[in-house]
Amino acid sequence: MTWTTLDTWIVIVAALGAASCALLGNFLVLRRMSMMGDAISHAVLPGLAVGFLLTGSRHSFAMFVGAAIVGVLTAVFTEWIRKFGRVERSAAMGVVFTTLFALGLVLIVRTADRVDLDPGCVLYGAIELTPLDTISVLGFEIPRAALVLSIVLLLDIAFVIVFFKELQISSFDPELATTLGIRSSVMHYALMTLVAITTVASFESVGSILVIAMLIVPPAAAHLLTDRLRSMLFVSLGLAVISALLGHLSAIHVPGWFGYRDTSTAGMMGVVAGALFVAALLFAPQHGVTSRAARRFLLALRITREDVLGLLYRLEELRSAPPRRTTALVHDALGTGRTLLATAIRTLRHQGHIVRDGDDYRLTDRGRSRARDLIRSHRLWESYLHKHLAMPVDRLHRGAEALEHVTGARMRDRLEESTDRPAIDPQGKPIPPSDELPSNR
Amino acid sequence: MLHLATIDGTFHERWLRIITLADHNTRVVLLGTTILGIACGVIGSFMLLRKRSLMGDAVSHATLPGIAIAFLVMTAFGGDGKFLPGLLLGAFVSGVAGMLFVLWVSHSSRLKQDAALGIVLSVFFGLGVALLGIVQRSAHGHAAGLESFIYGKTASMLASDAMTIGIAAAAVVAVCVAFFKEFGLLCFDSEFAASQGLRVVALDTLMMGLVVAVTVIGLQAVGLILIIAMLVIPAASARFWTDRLTTMVALAAALGAVSGGVGAAVSGLAPRLPAGAVIVLVASAGFAVSLLLGPARGVLPRFWRHRGLERHVARQHLLRAMYEEIEHARASDGDHPSSRQPVSIDVVEAHRSWTSRQFRRVLRRAIRNGLVYEAPDRRIGFTDEGFGIAERMVRNHRLWELYLITHADVAPSHVDRGADRIEHVLGHGMVAKLEALLATSGGAGSVPPTPHPIETLGPATTESSDETGGASR
Repeated sequence: MTWTTLDTWIVIVAALGAASCALLGNFLVLRRMSMMGDAISHAVLPGLAVGFLLTGSRHSFAMFVGAAIVGVLTAVFTEWIRKFGRVERSAAMGVVFTTLFALGLVLIVRTADRVDLDPGCVLYGAIELTPLDTISVLGFEIPRAALVLSIVLLLDIAFVIVFFKELQISSFDPELATTLGIRSSVMHYALMTLVAITTVASFESVGSILVIAMLIVPPAAAHLLTDRLRSMLFVSLGLAVISALLGHLSAIHVPGWFGYRDTSTAGMMGVVAGALFVAALLFAPQHGVTSRAARRFLLALRITREDVLGLLYRLEELRSAPPRRTTALVHDALGTGRTLLATAIRTLRHQGHIVRDGDDYRLTDRGRSRARDLIRSHRLWESYLHKHLAMPVDRLHRGAEALEHVTGARMRDRLEESTDRPAIDPQGKPIPPSDELPSNR
Repeated sequence: MLHLATIDGTFHERWLRIITLADHNTRVVLLGTTILGIACGVIGSFMLLRKRSLMGDAVSHATLPGIAIAFLVMTAFGGDGKFLPGLLLGAFVSGVAGMLFVLWVSHSSRLKQDAALGIVLSVFFGLGVALLGIVQRSAHGHAAGLESFIYGKTASMLASDAMTIGIAAAAVVAVCVAFFKEFGLLCFDSEFAASQGLRVVALDTLMMGLVVAVTVIGLQAVGLILIIAMLVIPAASARFWTDRLTTMVALAAALGAVSGGVGAAVSGLAPRLPAGAVIVLVASAGFAVSLLLGPARGVLPRFWRHRGLERHVARQHLLRAMYEEIEHARASDGDHPSSRQPVSIDVVEAHRSWTSRQFRRVLRRAIRNGLVYEAPDRRIGFTDEGFGIAERMVRNHRLWELYLITHADVAPSHVDRGADRIEHVLGHGMVAKLEALLATSGGAGSVPPTPHPIETLGPATTESSDETGGASR
């Protein structure tokens, strides 16, 4: 298939719709109201029906207004039921939008002989057809949807810029917003009104699936990728536009790979957005599943390494009868996974902290110095916990065991000061001094 | 979008035929939707309490790609693309996949459940639409009926469909009953459940699996979108009536059954009433009634309870104000301690910070209840009953004040407000404990003097009221 002007317009219209939805969607995701877009886009059916019945035209302004009003009412009713009925918000939302949808369905079906309004068309949208419905602006023929969505996008951008601070504070901390004199409920309803307008304007051209997808998926992915609201907004806009472009491309080309013809652009845009989200979920640098797992593994590895060093140091301390065959001892004493332990020992040997000598692991000077710091931290913590927290002696080891891995040189010094530089810990074991030269043994 | 249009005749005749279940079609449809309503109500209750009401929303949308893939696979192997069990199996598998994705995203990332639901809903539905697009544009594309899953085709239900629904719904209800205790624990306190050795993740998955099952079997009856309503509305309605889990589940099942049955019946009354939508509207009407009238959490019962309490408190305030004025007057006039001369209305009104409208209303109600009578010269006096209550009130108030002063180290100037709230809810046991604790000198039944000055507009000054407090001991 060749790319035509038609395709360009489809992508532009979709990108405009996606961007307006994604921009507002950021605030829905942060406010834990992601399902509001879904609720509104289903609930507007009676508004559309009444608007259509009043004017008899499928592209009338009345339909738009009717739908937007019902959209806002959805938010209002949901809040009422939540507040007066003490029903959880998502349940309240479920009651309101299904009821309104059912009402709209009855209205449409009851008047079916006069109405040519296909609910399927309302829900799927017909983005492929939007470029055919053009109007002339300044002498240029552009699709009507492109004009409408540009206006909506500008409106949304203006709203976000003007009320950025209010939106930010009331999204993250409604109580703080109230104490600062920002009326959270006013911001809530203003946002809901814009969501309703944007939803109705977009799904007329791009379909409700795309609206719901773009309200939630790009902002959710952006939320995983960044920690700043400002960059989250930009990232979500970028993802929305990319989804629109790649979605249309794949709608044309992907089915061809399996021997089918093209498919629904709106559907594929949702799928592409979903794929981008999964990529963000897996590979986001800070909050991605893989990077979190990697961080956890590295931490576990470090702790295991330090435990091995500590164990070897303690074995060396038993000068009277240093046990033999420490390789087996290390494997038995540390209750960690075999792979983890093997990796830890390999890296320790690689870094020159320990050497293997027959059936024994031995600390090198470097390893002994590192181990001494650890044991020092451990026993200083035991003294500290015993002295200042009055922890019983038999519970000291576990507390110190966790803390020793996160204690640095400065912390050790401060611990030493606040415990009056003890020579032995509460269990009678010597606390290695810090300035001891590594090779005095 | 079909309906019971096969029934002809006048409204009355149609009504009669539906009521008497004269038509086989009517019987099948009513039975199917009723059973479905029961299953939805039961599993919906657990979802509501687990705060996952909209899981049905995500799952029902997530079934679409499964339906399309099942169709593609079945036609690719030369079978009938609309073989129902195959389509349902596809729907079930992709519904479960969507559900697991929701659980995975909300557990393993910083995103909350609502975002996870929205993502699954829109992406899976988008995939479904894209696949349906492929189906419809492909060569063997007689797939027109697949959309009926989205809106339901209740009225064209066959006896075999009703049977499928019945068996599946019964199985769902049976599992819910078998795991009733575990599910309840999971809903109310999942951490406690885990500490009791329950396998929370497995139970959670089982529960959500039941949701998928109900959703899939409901697709045929009320459609993809309206099945959500059946899962949410009966359960949310039942919550207004009771605080007990067993009662709530039973009520939700009953409400679901009634909505399903009545909705299907009503849709048969007039032409072009889509059964799925009517069922939802009947359920919504039930919700509206429950929201207003449900005794446990309904709006009006809560309002009435609240108003009753307010009136009770206001009456006790009036009585105490009158008592304190009388006590004051009697001390300054040197009257007999048991005399209870009527006191001036204006003085009593000035005793508390109530608007004169509030005060008049409180006074009128007290007179109507026979606690207070109107004396000449804009004065009011106690009846015997009123005096008894007033004495008890003042006594409770002052016991609590003394308790705050002696045991809670509250300054005498600050105890009045604390006692003002607690006096209305002191029971007999509590009063007895206070008496024992304070070892009140006057013995049981006597009213101890006030430990702090009372502001009055009576003839004497506040200083003298303080003295008289001591004098009357």
